[in-house]
Amino acid sequence: MIDPARRSAHPGDLPATGDPIPVRFSLNGTETTLEVDPAERLLETLRYRLGLTGTKEGCAEGECGACTVLLDGTPADSCLMLTFQIDGRRVDTVEALDESALDPFLVGGATQCGACTPGVVMTASWIVGHPELLDTHRIRELMAGNLCRCTGYDGIIESVEAALPEGA
Amino acid sequence: MKRREGMAKLTGRELYVDDLPVGDHLWGATVRSPAPRGRIRSIQFGPGVNWSEFTIVTAEDIPGRNAVFLMEYDQPALADDRVRHVHEPVVLLAHPSRDVVRRAARLVTMRIDPEPAVLDFCARPARDQIQHGEDNVFKRILVEKGDVRRALAAAPIVVEGEYYTGAQEHVYLETQGMLAYVEDGVVVIHGSMQCPYYVVKALKPLLGRDESGLRVIQSATGGGFGGKEEYPSTIAAHAALLALKSGRPVKLVYDRWEDMAVTTKRHPARVRHRTGLDESGLLLAQDVEVLLDGGAYVTLSPVVLSRAVIHAGGPYACENVRIEGRAVLTNAVPFGAFRGFGAPQAYFGLERHMDVVAERLGMEPAELRRRNLIRDGQSTATSQTIRDGVDREAVLDLALSMSRWTERRAEIERRNATDPLVKRGLGLATFHHGAGFTGNGEVVLESVVHVAGTPDGGVEVRAASVEMGQGTTTIFTQLAADRLGLDPDVVAVARPDTHRVPDSGPSVASRTAMVVGHLVERACDDLRRRLGLGDEARGEEVSDAIRAWYLGGDGRAVRGEGESPELVGEAVYVQPAHIDWDEDTYHGDAYGAFAWAAYVAEVQVDLRTCETRVTDFVAVQEVGRVLNQTLARGQIQGGVAQAISWALLEDFRWKDGAMQNAQLTNYIIPTSDDLPRIRVAFLEVPYEHGAQGAKGIGELPMDGPAPAIANALAHALGVPADRIPLTPERLLAELERRAAS
Repeated sequence: MIDPARRSAHPGDLPATGDPIPVRFSLNGTETTLEVDPAERLLETLRYRLGLTGTKEGCAEGECGACTVLLDGTPADSCLMLTFQIDGRRVDTVEALDESALDPFLVGGATQCGACTPGVVMTASWIVGHPELLDTHRIRELMAGNLCRCTGYDGIIESVEAALPEGA
Repeated sequence: MKRREGMAKLTGRELYVDDLPVGDHLWGATVRSPAPRGRIRSIQFGPGVNWSEFTIVTAEDIPGRNAVFLMEYDQPALADDRVRHVHEPVVLLAHPSRDVVRRAARLVTMRIDPEPAVLDFCARPARDQIQHGEDNVFKRILVEKGDVRRALAAAPIVVEGEYYTGAQEHVYLETQGMLAYVEDGVVVIHGSMQCPYYVVKALKPLLGRDESGLRVIQSATGGGFGGKEEYPSTIAAHAALLALKSGRPVKLVYDRWEDMAVTTKRHPARVRHRTGLDESGLLLAQDVEVLLDGGAYVTLSPVVLSRAVIHAGGPYACENVRIEGRAVLTNAVPFGAFRGFGAPQAYFGLERHMDVVAERLGMEPAELRRRNLIRDGQSTATSQTIRDGVDREAVLDLALSMSRWTERRAEIERRNATDPLVKRGLGLATFHHGAGFTGNGEVVLESVVHVAGTPDGGVEVRAASVEMGQGTTTIFTQLAADRLGLDPDVVAVARPDTHRVPDSGPSVASRTAMVVGHLVERACDDLRRRLGLGDEARGEEVSDAIRAWYLGGDGRAVRGEGESPELVGEAVYVQPAHIDWDEDTYHGDAYGAFAWAAYVAEVQVDLRTCETRVTDFVAVQEVGRVLNQTLARGQIQGGVAQAISWALLEDFRWKDGAMQNAQLTNYIIPTSDDLPRIRVAFLEVPYEHGAQGAKGIGELPMDGPAPAIANALAHALGVPADRIPLTPERLLAELERRAAS
């Protein structure tokens, strides 16, 4: 019944409220063209239309950050975006991350239950890629858009510190 | 060892129930009671959707007994003629489209003739509010030691106090959900859960099936904290009923609002203390009353109450103790298991009260605790003699030195005297937490673990204990690899699937590493015995013997049809001889082992906003052997964070016994920027009956932070701080009351 290899669109998972809207965007480096429902959120497109289930729904109202993706390189809640609005933009999801870069998070205890984790590592990858952010912000402040109920955050914060390029 | 499934989680590859690709399935939705109590007159299916497209299930469709069974048969899977709380499930719907089924659920309305509801657990119910027994009391427990009445009458000093704790929502980041389908006549359930065999236990009478017709498989579970102990059985029941009626796979996944509004929460509580002492601060008598809001159905309330009363006397030696506990029915959404399981409520009362006592005596709070901490050979409230070799004073001393307790208290007091805007405070709590099921509970569970040899010379650990973030998979791998001298890479841990793994008991009560982990070790020993090897056999010798078992001397498999196809080592729980418990009198060894702790919180309050920030936190504990530093530290820090949040932020808005602020927008949990670094230290005294000497650890950190913070706030502001959450509004009211008096 369950075949993890088969991750395809399941129409019943998606809204069907009106005439489809064409949208073209870069997804994890690949140009992607889709027709989406007007009410379809980016989170739903990723998870249910494209089978990219690494991006999680935690609250669907922009509070928890479990659905964080990078939109034109900056963290954004994919639950708050209608997919047709991302036409012409660039979206990167957890599936695009290089596994070898994630080792500090494994060692540092940044993940426990894993439900917030994809969102956490997306925000973290943004910080690690932009160490100049730390000139004006603390890591705790930059990570505050991602709720975690398991770690108490120390494992996450220390992992980000460990993942930063030397001298950052 | 690094977290075993960690990389799958970091890369998003791990599959949670909503991620499972099923294909042609239906989506379920639940229609719920709008009223806290009453008789259902009629149900209307309003216009707006084509109802012929839906599978509709009501109580009439239940093939067996209409109850979600765990301790009692009192809670229906679907309300039949009457409802007992807001959000009680009444009708189930399924449809191919998730959006459509959720919209349709809002089009079903019901007429209910209201009956008088109980919404205040502290008030005596009127006759027409009685719904359970003669007085709505679900469970009553009495612990008695010595003669409290006489000791209180003779005590030179008696201090009374009353303390309240609020409900708490688990807010695991993955909401609850289940997938059900029928395959080859077997009802198969996948989902987010802590206790696969509890789901089996609940569904057997409901569906009228035995274990062979029911298969429960845990999918990756995004946090539990007790919230996925009993409630998943209800969702599994609903998904199974819809799958049976529709003949299609059905996914029933709650959104955040539904999860927060309808699932179980921590029991609100009132704890009263009357404490007798001599002038030196020695405890002479503890008279304690614990009252829990039990909610509308029994759930696990009797056991939560049990743990609350057993912990209510604390880590102190006192010869005269009386603890009376009651869990009472109300028409609130049912309360249930939550990390700590009654102990955090009891400990908020006790440890806040200890500071009130210290103030009355004019005594230093740490000194009062030191004087009364149990020494080896002394006994707890249930007359359990403690002889574990732990230096409880050393636990306290380390917390005091790490927090610079004495110097810092003095610095803070000097600074508070001159700072009109920001007040600081330092607070302490000392406490203990019993690991595993209470008393004979582990005997009743009869937990079993299998360790199977695999043809490649490795092993597979088979247990129903789940990974939900706490690290079960890693710990079981470590324990089996260490025991057999194998490389962790050749140790597999089976996914909990009730048709593949034995019942190792529920993943609750801080029991998995200590109790089930020890069974993993013993099952490894049994595997070795079945291979004809001694306990000293390790590594390649074990692997070679396993491979040889599967292959004949000439390289052919010798196990054919009809023969046992597998090499399986087995361990069944045996109670350590030292445990002696009397369930009727609540006397004796409540737990095989306790973890001991001392926590210190420093807070600052901005008087312009009355907002509290915890600026430093020290958590020192003795937990037996620490099996994995990263995981253990993560358990402590996560538990402390959850408890800080309970103490300061998590504020329920109730209406008719239901949560009005069931959103992360208005039910606040802390971000990384709201918490300090949580400094953790372990003392380790191995416990001989725990895996590699481990004791339970998961719940302990939930017990201490709330009273430590309340004590720190009392230190900072001189207010009673006897009720949590200590929100800015509550602190402002306390400050105004103090100013008026």
